[in-house]
Amino acid sequence: MQRFVYADNSATTSLAPDVLEKMMPYLTKEYGNPSSLYSFAAKPKMAVEHAREQVAKAINARTNEIFFTAGGSESDNWAIKGVARAMKAKKGKNHIISTKFEHHAVLHTLDALKKEGFEVTLLEVHENGLVRPEELEAAIREDTALVSVMYANNEIGTIQPIREIGEICKKHGVIFHTDAVQAVGNVHIDVEADHIDLLSMSGHKFHGPKGVGALYCRLGVLPQNLIDGGAQERGRRAGTENVPGIVGIGAAIERAVATIDERAERLSKIRDHFMDEALKIERSRVNGDRVHRLPANVNMCFEGVEGESLLLLLDANGISASSGSACTSGSLDPSHVLLSIGLKHEVAHGSLRLSFGEETTMEDADYILSVLPGIINRLREMSPLWDRIKREEAEGKKA
Amino acid sequence: MYTEQVMDHFMHPRNMGELPDANGVGEVGNAKCGDIMKMYLKIEDGVITDCKFKTYGCASAIATSSIATEMVKGHKVEEAVALSNKAVVEALGGLPAHKIHCSVLAEQAIKAALADYYTRQGIDYRPILGDLEDHDCEHCGTCGV
Repeated sequence: MQRFVYADNSATTSLAPDVLEKMMPYLTKEYGNPSSLYSFAAKPKMAVEHAREQVAKAINARTNEIFFTAGGSESDNWAIKGVARAMKAKKGKNHIISTKFEHHAVLHTLDALKKEGFEVTLLEVHENGLVRPEELEAAIREDTALVSVMYANNEIGTIQPIREIGEICKKHGVIFHTDAVQAVGNVHIDVEADHIDLLSMSGHKFHGPKGVGALYCRLGVLPQNLIDGGAQERGRRAGTENVPGIVGIGAAIERAVATIDERAERLSKIRDHFMDEALKIERSRVNGDRVHRLPANVNMCFEGVEGESLLLLLDANGISASSGSACTSGSLDPSHVLLSIGLKHEVAHGSLRLSFGEETTMEDADYILSVLPGIINRLREMSPLWDRIKREEAEGKKA
Repeated sequence: MYTEQVMDHFMHPRNMGELPDANGVGEVGNAKCGDIMKMYLKIEDGVITDCKFKTYGCASAIATSSIATEMVKGHKVEEAVALSNKAVVEALGGLPAHKIHCSVLAEQAIKAALADYYTRQGIDYRPILGDLEDHDCEHCGTCGV
């Protein structure tokens, strides 16, 4: 039987069996609506509040600062639109600072706000994929309503200087939101020490279920509602609670946070081994800072090949991976993240993202390494672009 | 997402490589947009006796160029002139909407190679093939770079 290696944990993760087990009663017999008064609804209600404690504890927040949502995108939309609109209405503030390589859940939300008249400054992330705190500080204005900087990038895995950013925001009295969808469960997060005012997360990125997320919102920070309706979530996020999902995200974050250190140590070894070996392939490069990086993220470019072809040939070998090429992004442009760190289009088209996870072994990485050079050679043999690169290389040597 | 035919041509490309004695060579596309196709034709007595391709691009770019070589190899030059991107798409059992441009590229690669052939013969290709589009990034506009 062909080997199967799942290396796309940044896209989604498996639902952990022990998490599913905790969800099962709420998918079956404990179906009561937590808002109901009768005793049959007491258990689901308690389960939701227990999950809130689990999420709060994982990031050093208070339980009344946690609000459940339908996922990371909703949390980002709510935090950004909610704070921006509230700050405009209350204080006339009209300016938002973010970065060029945010997830589309942030960037497209900012585009929507621009149409409402907001001004947006997107910070450069430079060749290493890191925001420079001094550039953030310089961009803050009198009318800055919000700073939104992702905790860790979803494509190149770079971890931002969140604490420094938080301190700057606190100093200037600006609200600070971070999209921590890729970071939660993979790095230690402390919203107090990091001075984070709002934080988005998504359950299925750390072995919880899909369709559930959370927004941490510091006491006293009052974003406008995104979803109006019933009085759930203390009147701030309407809709009958997704009880099994909420139980799932609570159980998943607890188990993920408990194993961060051992996983980080094990996976960063696999990651570094992979990158060192794959860099032996001619004309390859690692994208993003190698030190300030998620422990399980690999992002590399191989010149002269195109990402979609690379992914399909990996898939033919049982390997699930991702790329930032135009053909895989669903648009005609390669990934905005790779362009934001200064890659040329033709180099960005040849990108490969591997995101390892708790199930990944060193043998899995070695298996990928055993097939990758052959696949790249095969595509390069077909590639007129590779011929050109080699020709220019030879001419360069002569000159 | 892809038909069996596309996957077959992607996994097992036909006529891949270079043709040293080609008398018509054409290259279209550009690296910035993520696909380049190069076609080699060997034409003798009005018949395409051999055809090879090299392609940098996604699976559908590789598959369309592979099947295009099969559709012209062994055929008369006039038939290659008449090859349309639609015929390429049909032969592959369809392409996703956002990949249709790959079939256009395959048609254009064949036409560019034919144009080169005619030019080498001292024949003005324009009455036969029409004005070939310019494929510089600046003139394409499809991806907005």
